[in-house]
Amino acid sequence: MAIRLEKINYIYSPGTAYEKHALKDIDLEIPDGQFLGIIGHTGSGKSTLIQHLNGLIKATSGKLYYNGENIYDEGFNLTALRSQVGLVFQYPEYQLFEADVFTDVCFGPKNLGLSKEECEIRAKEALELVGFPEKYYHQSPFELSGGQKRRAAIAGVLAMRPKVLVLDEPTAGLDPKGRDEILEQIRHLHEQTDMAVVLVSHSMEDIAKYVERIIVMNRGEKMLDGTPKEVFSHYRELEQVGLAAPQVTYIMHDLKECGLPVRTDATTIEEAAEEIMRSFHD
Amino acid sequence: MIRDITIGQYYPADSVIHRLDPRVKIVCTLLFLISLFVQNSLLGYAIATVFLFWVIHASKVPLKFILRGLKAIVIILMFTVVMNLFLTTGGKELVHIGFLHIYEKGLRTSVFMAVRLIYLIMGSSLMTFTTTPNALTDGIEKLLHPLNKLHVPVHEVAMMMSIALRFIPILLEETDKIMKAQIARGADLESGNIIQRTKAMVPILVPLFVSAFRRANDLAMAMEARCYNGGEGRTKMKPLVYRKRDRAAYGITILYMVVIVLVGRFVPFQIWIF
Amino acid sequence: MEMVQAKELIYEYEKRDEEGNVIGMSRAIDGVDLDVLPGQFVAILGHNGSGKSTLAKQINAILVPSGGTMWVDGRDTRDPDELWNVRQSAGMVFQNPDNQIIGTVVEEDVGFGPENLGVPTDEIWTRVEESLKAVGMIEYRSHSPNKLSGGQKQRVAIAGVIAMEPKCIVLDEPTAMLDPNGRKDVIRTVQELRKKKQVTVILITHYMEEVIDADRVYVMDHGRVVMDGTPREIFSRVEELKQYGMDVPQATMLAEELRKRGLDLPRGILHSEELVEHIMALKKR
Repeated sequence: MAIRLEKINYIYSPGTAYEKHALKDIDLEIPDGQFLGIIGHTGSGKSTLIQHLNGLIKATSGKLYYNGENIYDEGFNLTALRSQVGLVFQYPEYQLFEADVFTDVCFGPKNLGLSKEECEIRAKEALELVGFPEKYYHQSPFELSGGQKRRAAIAGVLAMRPKVLVLDEPTAGLDPKGRDEILEQIRHLHEQTDMAVVLVSHSMEDIAKYVERIIVMNRGEKMLDGTPKEVFSHYRELEQVGLAAPQVTYIMHDLKECGLPVRTDATTIEEAAEEIMRSFHD
Repeated sequence: MIRDITIGQYYPADSVIHRLDPRVKIVCTLLFLISLFVQNSLLGYAIATVFLFWVIHASKVPLKFILRGLKAIVIILMFTVVMNLFLTTGGKELVHIGFLHIYEKGLRTSVFMAVRLIYLIMGSSLMTFTTTPNALTDGIEKLLHPLNKLHVPVHEVAMMMSIALRFIPILLEETDKIMKAQIARGADLESGNIIQRTKAMVPILVPLFVSAFRRANDLAMAMEARCYNGGEGRTKMKPLVYRKRDRAAYGITILYMVVIVLVGRFVPFQIWIF
Repeated sequence: MEMVQAKELIYEYEKRDEEGNVIGMSRAIDGVDLDVLPGQFVAILGHNGSGKSTLAKQINAILVPSGGTMWVDGRDTRDPDELWNVRQSAGMVFQNPDNQIIGTVVEEDVGFGPENLGVPTDEIWTRVEESLKAVGMIEYRSHSPNKLSGGQKQRVAIAGVIAMEPKCIVLDEPTAMLDPNGRKDVIRTVQELRKKKQVTVILITHYMEEVIDADRVYVMDHGRVVMDGTPREIFSRVEELKQYGMDVPQATMLAEELRKRGLDLPRGILHSEELVEHIMALKKR
């Protein structure tokens, strides 16, 4: 059990005209090594939620435990927490600042007070984990392509060797190939290490393809929590809050309505194809 | 955090002051500020007070908003009062405690200086409360238009000001994001001495500048794509035109100025209640 | 006459080393032919860096050809006397919603283009009002753009272009930075505008769902047009598209998977309904 949230509430700008109850009584457990997806439309509270996970935002009320310790307790080391729960923001390449990629990736470990050698070992390891080509290690981050910049930025967080990696829309603005590459790399990462991964995404197709569990956020509340199959079976409710199931789920429902004896819980193209073929062979 | 800072403190309300042409508000505010310095008598300040509070009342901006602006100058205000109170000599000695002396002239100067400063802030914040930043920029552009003949790029400067107003909130939000991203990478922005803290700003300032340049580049392109070609040949969606109320406002302010100047000239400095 | 026509278009830029010395030329566009008829909806696909955005900027004369010719509404974009006419007849919407809104109030931003064109004040107001209505943003006319969502900002940007009364709108990845709902809003707005105003639309994107209704699709790679045709023709060549770093709509992909598994489905299925129909027809046989 890595992270546990208990009745977390967060209110933006309390007492002003802009007051907003961004999170309401959130209970959530993220076990070690899980691949978790968070979906919700813009303003549903998902960004606020993930910023709680590494203590960037302090809850207005409620408790957040990391490995059993309440992070709001006095004397809790937040920097240590931030190295354990790595947070990759949207468009993370906008945080790159050093003259070359390698030095930039060293920034995180350096902040943890590690020796130069250790920083370099970790930076190298992180860059390898994201599949960043070695020939660009000493190039300026500003000269790279969009996809490479993003890898470098993710490596900058991985270099702290987090136990939980949280990614806020890691594929935003990338083209289809760049998107698939980054997501495959994240899957690979998850398989290779014992890291838990929290993926925030707008793409139901991506979420369905990669994660083992989905949290649906709506108006600051946790609306649904389950496996992709469970969550997407509630596709009517999802539509009501401005979300949707993957397109294949709809196709399966349509087929069933037309009289094809198929199960409707397929969420990926593979599953759908298998299921349709099965109905043909029976 | 940083997003709480607001630039331009416009208070939306529907009042005659809000509807005035921004040029009127700029010119009249300047005249009012001058009026505080051309006289130095109780009668003069009484007239200025009536005038100021009458306009505030007409503006429908709650007084507490305007007074809030004074918080920023509390220290300067106290400093001025104390300096004048103890260092100005002349007139009767009023108080004598140890090495501190307060003279009549000192008391009077310090009170008047305080009133001047307070009215100065109140007058100018009334202008910003009742005028949108955009209208202000338009007003300044139009007022400074004659400088065009001296090859001062008035239109360009005004355009820059209005673009700055649009992008300040965006850049503040961006700063917030970058700060959070670097804190998430273990950056320590709060502890250490001044040199360490300045150094800690590099990971924030570099991305911020890069982003600001990128935005500037994009924006320049977007403006060109929409046929922007400097001020020449441009028409205005909201041209500034003086209306009856604007002329009336000028009239009232000029009348006020005349009275104040006369008071300054003929009412002796020494009218003093004590 | 073509609304937009390119003949053997080439665009080169100087490559510089760290000291800023020119070390060679790089070709962003390499011999592109393009024909867009008035009223058409044309989509240009391509991965990042394929040259599609550079091509878009040629249509608005933000960039001009190094070789070959680009005509917009019959005007050569390299003719400096025609520059403002070209930009007026081909309006442009960019990717980043924040970096193309100039005004601090929605309606003032929409008025920016007409102001630049020297349109009389009264007419600016009519145009602003009509344009904001056309994109469904009229109730936000006196709002600050900073408080709007990404999709709303893009619709304001589109209104800003419409207010200049262009014959053609070029949208350079207008949805790349939006969430799915914002994306749908923007695409719906563009489709409605096409119907209402008969305006030519050139959409640059890498979202396949957005190009299904296009009259013609061009796919770019390395500065060249590598595929062109109707969406059905293009999406029937799934493997080729993948090779150029592109995706296909999910329905098309599922049809492809089923075909691989032996189902006799036609190529180039675009919509879910079509797929369902074909599968049911096969089942009944």
